[in-house]
Amino acid sequence: MSKKNPNYQNSFADKFTRWVKGDYDPIEGQMEMNAPDKEVFGDERIRYVHLHIVKSNNYSERMFEEGLAKNVRRFTGLYKIFGVIVSVFIACLLLWTVSFLPEFGDPNAPENNEVAARYIEQGLNETGAVNIVTGMILDYRAFDTFGESCVLFVASCCVLILLRVDKDEDPESRAIEDMNDRHYEPRNDTILQKVADFLVPLMIIFGIYVVLNGHISPGGGFSGGAIIGSGLILYLTAYGFEKTQRFMNEKVVKALTVGALTFYCFAKSYSFYTGANHLHSIITPGTPGNILSAGLIVYLNICVGIVVACTMYSFYTLFRKGGI
Amino acid sequence: MGSFATNYEEIAAVLLFVIGMSNLVFQPNLLKKIIGLDIMDAAVYLFLAAKGYIEGRTAPIVVDGILDASHYINPVPAGLVLTGIVVSVSVSALMMALTVCLYREYHTLNIDEIMMKLRKEED
Amino acid sequence: MAFVQNFPFFCIILSMFSAIISFVMNGRIAKYIHVAMVTAVLILSLATLSFVAGTGESYTFMMGHFPAPWGNEIRIGELEALMAVFFSLIMMLSVFGGMAHIDREVQDSKKNLFYILLDLLMASLLALIYTNDLFTAYVFIEINTIAACGLIMIKKQGRTYVSALRYMIMSLVGSGLFLIGLTLLYSITGHLLMSPAKEALDQIIAVHSYQVPLMVIIILVTVGLGIKSGLYPFHTWIPDAYGYTTPSASAILSSLVSKGYIFLLIKIFYRVLGFDSIISSHMVNILFAFGVIGMIMGSVAAIKERNIRRMTAYSSVAQIGYIYMGLGLGTTAGVVAAVFHIISHGVMKSLLFLSISGLTEVSDGRSDYLSLRGAGLRNRIAGAAFTVGSLSMIGMPLLTGFISKYLFASAATTAGNKMITAWVVLAISTVLNTMYFMRTVLTLYRPVSAEVHKEYTLEKSKIERAAIIGLILLNIGLGVASQPVIKAIEAGLAMFG
Repeated sequence: MSKKNPNYQNSFADKFTRWVKGDYDPIEGQMEMNAPDKEVFGDERIRYVHLHIVKSNNYSERMFEEGLAKNVRRFTGLYKIFGVIVSVFIACLLLWTVSFLPEFGDPNAPENNEVAARYIEQGLNETGAVNIVTGMILDYRAFDTFGESCVLFVASCCVLILLRVDKDEDPESRAIEDMNDRHYEPRNDTILQKVADFLVPLMIIFGIYVVLNGHISPGGGFSGGAIIGSGLILYLTAYGFEKTQRFMNEKVVKALTVGALTFYCFAKSYSFYTGANHLHSIITPGTPGNILSAGLIVYLNICVGIVVACTMYSFYTLFRKGGI
Repeated sequence: MGSFATNYEEIAAVLLFVIGMSNLVFQPNLLKKIIGLDIMDAAVYLFLAAKGYIEGRTAPIVVDGILDASHYINPVPAGLVLTGIVVSVSVSALMMALTVCLYREYHTLNIDEIMMKLRKEED
Repeated sequence: MAFVQNFPFFCIILSMFSAIISFVMNGRIAKYIHVAMVTAVLILSLATLSFVAGTGESYTFMMGHFPAPWGNEIRIGELEALMAVFFSLIMMLSVFGGMAHIDREVQDSKKNLFYILLDLLMASLLALIYTNDLFTAYVFIEINTIAACGLIMIKKQGRTYVSALRYMIMSLVGSGLFLIGLTLLYSITGHLLMSPAKEALDQIIAVHSYQVPLMVIIILVTVGLGIKSGLYPFHTWIPDAYGYTTPSASAILSSLVSKGYIFLLIKIFYRVLGFDSIISSHMVNILFAFGVIGMIMGSVAAIKERNIRRMTAYSSVAQIGYIYMGLGLGTTAGVVAAVFHIISHGVMKSLLFLSISGLTEVSDGRSDYLSLRGAGLRNRIAGAAFTVGSLSMIGMPLLTGFISKYLFASAATTAGNKMITAWVVLAISTVLNTMYFMRTVLTLYRPVSAEVHKEYTLEKSKIERAAIIGLILLNIGLGVASQPVIKAIEAGLAMFG
């Protein structure tokens, strides 16, 4: 015979039953994000949010009405049919070509020729890299990788042209961007900060490990740089701009990018110049398996990793608030 | 008609390429165009990566000091895909920045509406 | 290896390094770095040209310690050195000719980024000219595309964003097609460098295997590069892209950016696919047909235009049609004519765009015909430059346009059954060119009363004037003394394959 609990309402069993049924939420009111007060920002907040509703001039409705006109409908229909026909034609042409190609996984295919054989057989001795692919892209075909770093550089320049808002030239837009950023991004969120405390050091150390071990195991500058970049982005999202700009501001990013690319340029020019003129170069492959081996490869991986990390970080901050 | 039965990766890559390219060209929404661009580039890298595989061999990282060419797959396409992925990321970032600037200017993501507003501005 | 043989490599590395170092400099220093770099590239390329013309054969330069099929290499011959000389000369004169406009129209904080884009454009053009490797060509094609997109949208108006977007969409389709063609080529030959790929392809053609993939590779590569350079059905991005940006960017875009891709296409035809297989696959006929249609449709669209910048951009479409028609004739003389037209069109079109900027300045900044009446009388140098450029495009003797039309006509005589078509189309397009260019020149010199236009301050920038006069002299010089250039092109093509 069970005793009746006079205080059943507050007992654990009652709360548990009510939680299971969905009538009671133990953490209500403690975990949600609060929207900031409306009075703080006032009218400037309107600019990017409400302006387009006020000034849109009902283009969507006009387009809809114009689209109903008979000749426009016929043209759009024809355009869609034309698009489908072109796509189907290209697909059939390429599929027909694929049927004539060498079979998948065939060891006698034309591309498994003496070029690939030499990369595998002599790669370790000539470049010192245990990872043959890294040895190939940073030693045999290093000019392509230099071009690829420049592709990243030129894309970041173009995004800078488009999105950067400067304080000196356009202080009003700069102030609006800063205010939008403070309004829309999470501030001092407990979950995010606790998780970032744990994850960010792990990510950065892992990224450094991947960069440094690019020539011994799978990895390299590009993947390692992306990991470091995402670690920095997570730190920025958790802690905000004031803390991150202590060590990662515009001067640092510019100096790192230019320094890394300049080192890459000079190191590889030395290598190309001595190679083409058949001079003896002072860079040796070293003992395979050590980190400080494989000639220039580990230093080039570090440079590429720095460039990729800075570029990923600057893409994020440019999209978020128009400045680094 | 020989390799149709075995070249599954290439067939998938070609179909994805055409889907991505037709999205990039014929879709009026700007963000969907960028997604089509990503699909198109990813399809080309799938095609390239499938070119390197050889039956029964392992990844091109030297293990146990075995330097025999018949033990590893072809390393060349892997290097080409590495370069290509970086190019694809750069171009996607540039297109997205253009989309953001276009939206701030014209407040719409539909390229037909943008062209209409442009023609209105000119007159 | 003579020290002079390192010069092309120095040019490429110098231009990339000046782009990297300008990232931390301000606009003024970036400008000086750019000017110094272009002058250095010009001098080094002249030295290379005289060296290669002296020895009479092309040489390869290993990029690294490993020779051809395993490592990267660049190959330098007379044709490549000649193109490098002219490209750097045109870029230098275009930047000088628009420098005051760059100072006015580009925001101060973005000036160094503008010069970085110009440096990387020079680097990618040099790499496309000299490279002997297909994948390097793809990477530098991407640099070229992104830098050109940056040049189009440097003024940051709504109009330029839309033009940049349309340009990027079409360019990316072209790059994607080119990359798939490259992958198919790798999968049937197993080489990425051009000379070993040619040997493997010769064996494949001899045993008649892989015929369908070879045909599809030719189609994909040609269509991909054709889209990027503005071949007829894919030309719709050109008027928007060239018409609304700062004048030296328009001049560089129309003279240099498309021509790099056409030169790469010629290189692939000669060095990878072999001209014979191109002819037997009837690709030349398709190029000829589209070139001819482009010549006529470009001129017809230019006649309908009211805006002088868009009119000049449509005439670029027509001139690119000329180049493809020359390629499509299928003979060596046709390719010589096409290459000479690449050079002469660069000189003519940059002169036109730079002079248009001077003319619109004195017409309240408007570029329609009504406002441009009498602009030639208000700004004498720009008016004279536009007249010289127009006469050259039409084909007046003593100017360079006449020499390229003459070369096209004489190349058509050996082209068999394309001769009549080529002559008829040349005649029709000359008449059409005359219609819209002469109409503009006459409008420019039509006197109007002085109070029609508000007070204009004619910015007397010495550098711009010197550059425009330099381009006029280059125009006349190429028209009068073109024989050395043509001989150099013929010798270069002989050692090109």
